[in-house]
Amino acid sequence: MRPLALAPRRVFDGYGFAVRGVSPYVRPRSAEEVASIFARATAEGISVGMRGSGRSYGDAALNSAGIVMDMTGFDKVLSFDAEHGVAEVEPGVTISQLWRHALPHGYWPSVVSGTMAPTLGGCAAMNVHGKNHFKVGGTGDSILEADLATPAGELLRVSRTENADLFHGAVAGFGMLGTFTRLKLKLKKIHSGTMRVRQIPVGNLAEQFAVFEQEEAGADYLVSWVDCIRGGSGLGRGQIHVAHYLKEGEDADPKRTLDPTRQDLPPHILGVPRSLVPVVLKMFNTRHGMGLLNLGKYLAARFGPKGAYLQGHTAFAFLLDYVPNFRSVYEPGGFIQYQPFVPKEAAPQVFGEILRRTQAAGLPSFLGVMKRHRPDAFLLSHALDGYSFAMDYPVTASNRADLWKLCAVLSDLVVEAGGRFYPAKDLTLRPTDFRRAWGQERIARFQSLRRRADPSGVLQTDWARRVGVDEA
Amino acid sequence: MAASFSTAIIVGASSGLGEAMVRKLAKEGTRVAAVARRASELDRIAAECGANVRVYPHEVRDYDATPALFDRIVADLGGCDLVVYNAGVMPRVEESEYDFHKDREMIEINLLGAMCWLDLAAAHMEAQRRGTICGISSVAGDRGRRGNPAYHTSKAGLTTFMEALRNRVSRYGVNVVTVKPGPVDTPMTKGLKLPLMIGVDEAADGALALMRAGTAEGYVPAIWGPIMWVIRNVPSVVFRRTNI
Repeated sequence: MRPLALAPRRVFDGYGFAVRGVSPYVRPRSAEEVASIFARATAEGISVGMRGSGRSYGDAALNSAGIVMDMTGFDKVLSFDAEHGVAEVEPGVTISQLWRHALPHGYWPSVVSGTMAPTLGGCAAMNVHGKNHFKVGGTGDSILEADLATPAGELLRVSRTENADLFHGAVAGFGMLGTFTRLKLKLKKIHSGTMRVRQIPVGNLAEQFAVFEQEEAGADYLVSWVDCIRGGSGLGRGQIHVAHYLKEGEDADPKRTLDPTRQDLPPHILGVPRSLVPVVLKMFNTRHGMGLLNLGKYLAARFGPKGAYLQGHTAFAFLLDYVPNFRSVYEPGGFIQYQPFVPKEAAPQVFGEILRRTQAAGLPSFLGVMKRHRPDAFLLSHALDGYSFAMDYPVTASNRADLWKLCAVLSDLVVEAGGRFYPAKDLTLRPTDFRRAWGQERIARFQSLRRRADPSGVLQTDWARRVGVDEA
Repeated sequence: MAASFSTAIIVGASSGLGEAMVRKLAKEGTRVAAVARRASELDRIAAECGANVRVYPHEVRDYDATPALFDRIVADLGGCDLVVYNAGVMPRVEESEYDFHKDREMIEINLLGAMCWLDLAAAHMEAQRRGTICGISSVAGDRGRRGNPAYHTSKAGLTTFMEALRNRVSRYGVNVVTVKPGPVDTPMTKGLKLPLMIGVDEAADGALALMRAGTAEGYVPAIWGPIMWVIRNVPSVVFRRTNI
C-alpha cells in the first residue's frame, strides 16, 4: 500500500473561493477504513483533515500540510423509523438526501442550513444551525447518539449519557476529536410540506430587534435580511421573514405537499431562469448595483402585497440553492462570509457599530443576514443567547489587506462584547480572537479531550492551525 | 509586459540547456531550485552562481520521492512562479537495434518524470491561480522518425501532455509553455551531425523568452516553425522513404 503522502493530489477550495489548498486525499467508505487511515497517518506522521461537501466558506475543510479525508463515500441512510422520526445515517449523507428520505413520512430535518448540500457529518462537526436556532438549537441538539472513530484507535458510542464529554466536545469540535461514522438524528414531525410565511419590512436596526423580540416566542423560523449599504436613519433596514409550521388538519392535502417532487425550487426567479441568475447578479455585483438591489428588495417588502402566504419547506429554507453555484458571482477573487454571534444585550450596539465601521471603511457588505440564537451544551459551540449577523464581502487583490484589517477591528468589538464566531464561515480570525471568544478554560478542556482521542495530533485543518487550536 | 519570475524550479539542471537556464535566471535575481541527478555538477553550478541557486540532487525516476521534494522546494523558495521540466536522455539506437531497456529509460525520464513533476506544479499553480509551467519538448516530437522511435514517442507524448495540461489550467491563469528546440550543442547531442545546431546560451535565451511571453508552443530557434510545418505535412507514404 502506498504511503498516504503519495495518495492522489487534488486542489480543494473554501466555498467562498478566497482560499485554496492542494492535498493528497483519501475517500474511505467504512469505519474500518477510517481506523486504518488513522493508524497509517499516525505511523507516517502525516495529518488528516476531514471534508464533506466542502461547503465551509473558509479554510475549515482544507488541510494543506497533510491529507484530506473526503467523507462523501459514507452516503447511506442506514435506517428510518417513521413512527418516531429517527434517522440513522452515515456522515456523508447530505441534508438533501435526508429531507427527500423523510418528507414522504411526514418529517423534516430539525435543523437545516441555507443550502441542502452539506453532509450531516460536517453539520455535526460544525454544529451547523438554521433559521430556527433560537427555538430548537443547532445540529448537535438533534443528534441522539453517534459513533466516533478516534485517531487513538477507538470506535466509541457517544451521546448525552455515553462518553458524554467526547459527545459534547466532538459536536462543534471542527473534526478534531474524531470522525463520526454513524449519526442518529431526531427529525421534526410535520403535517404539511408548506409553511405559513410572513414578511415584515423594518426601517432600521432598532426595528429589526423589536420585531425579533416580538416574534420569537411564537415563530418556528425567523430570519432577517439586512441592507448593509444604506446608512443614516435607515441604518440596518431590511425585511424579516417569519415562518410557522402548519398544524395537523390545516393542510387539506398533506400527501400532495409532502411529495418531494413538489418541493423542487422554482425554475425562474423574478422571470430570470435560475441558471442565468449568476450572470445577472454579476452585473449588479458592485456597490451601487447591490445598493439598488437592496433598495428594490426593501421597497418590494414595504409596498408589495401584504399578509401571510404558504411556501414549501425547501423554497423557504434553501435560499442559497436558488442560484446554482452562486459563488461564481464573486469570481475571480471570491468572497468571505463574516458572521459574529453577540449576546442579545450587546447585539444592537455592536451590529450598529459594525454597519457604521464597514460603511466608513468603504467596505460595506453586499448582503446581510440576521438570526436569533440560543446557547447549547457543546464545548466549543458558537451558540449563545443572542443574535448573529452574517455578511458577505467580495475579496479582490486590492481590497484583501484592508478587508482583513477591518475584520480584525470588528472581531475586537465582538469579543469585547462576549461574542463568538462560526468556524464553518471563518477565514479571518486570529489566534487571539479564538482564545478570547471561547475562553482559556473551555479551550483547555478541549485540548485535554484531544490528548485522549488524538494523542498524536493527527486531526488538523488549515483553520485549526491558523487560529491555534492546539496552542497553549 | 513580459513576466519576470521571482522563484523557479529547473528539473534537469546539471548540464546543457538546464544549466544555462539556471545561470540566466539566477543572474536576473530569480531564486532558483536546481534539480538533477548529479550532485557534484549541481554543486559546481551553485558555487559559481551564488546565493540565488539552491541545489536538490534527485533521480527523476524516483517518482515516489518527488511530491515531498516538490513541497520542500516550494517551502524553501517561499513560493513557486515557474517550473521547467528539462530532464531528458537520448541514448544512441543503432540501425536494426531494438532495445526495450533504452526505450523504457527514455519514456521514464523524458515523459513519466515530466508528468510526475508537472502534475505537482499544475496542482500548486491551479490553487494559487497563477504561474508558468514549461516542458522542454523537441522538434523530434512532431513526427515519428526512424532513428530513435522511443525518443520521438517520449517527446510527442510530452507535447500532447503539455497541451492537455494547458487546456486544464489556463482557465485558472496558469501559463503552460511547450518549448520545442531543434538540435542544441549539449552533452546529449555530442558527436552527432545535426542540422541548424545552436549553442546552449542561444537556446536558453529562446526558451526563457517563450516562458516570459507565456507562449503556448514555440520553436527554438523560430526557423524550426516553418521547417516542421513542412515536415509534419509530408504524407506518410513519402516520409517513410526518406532519411530525415
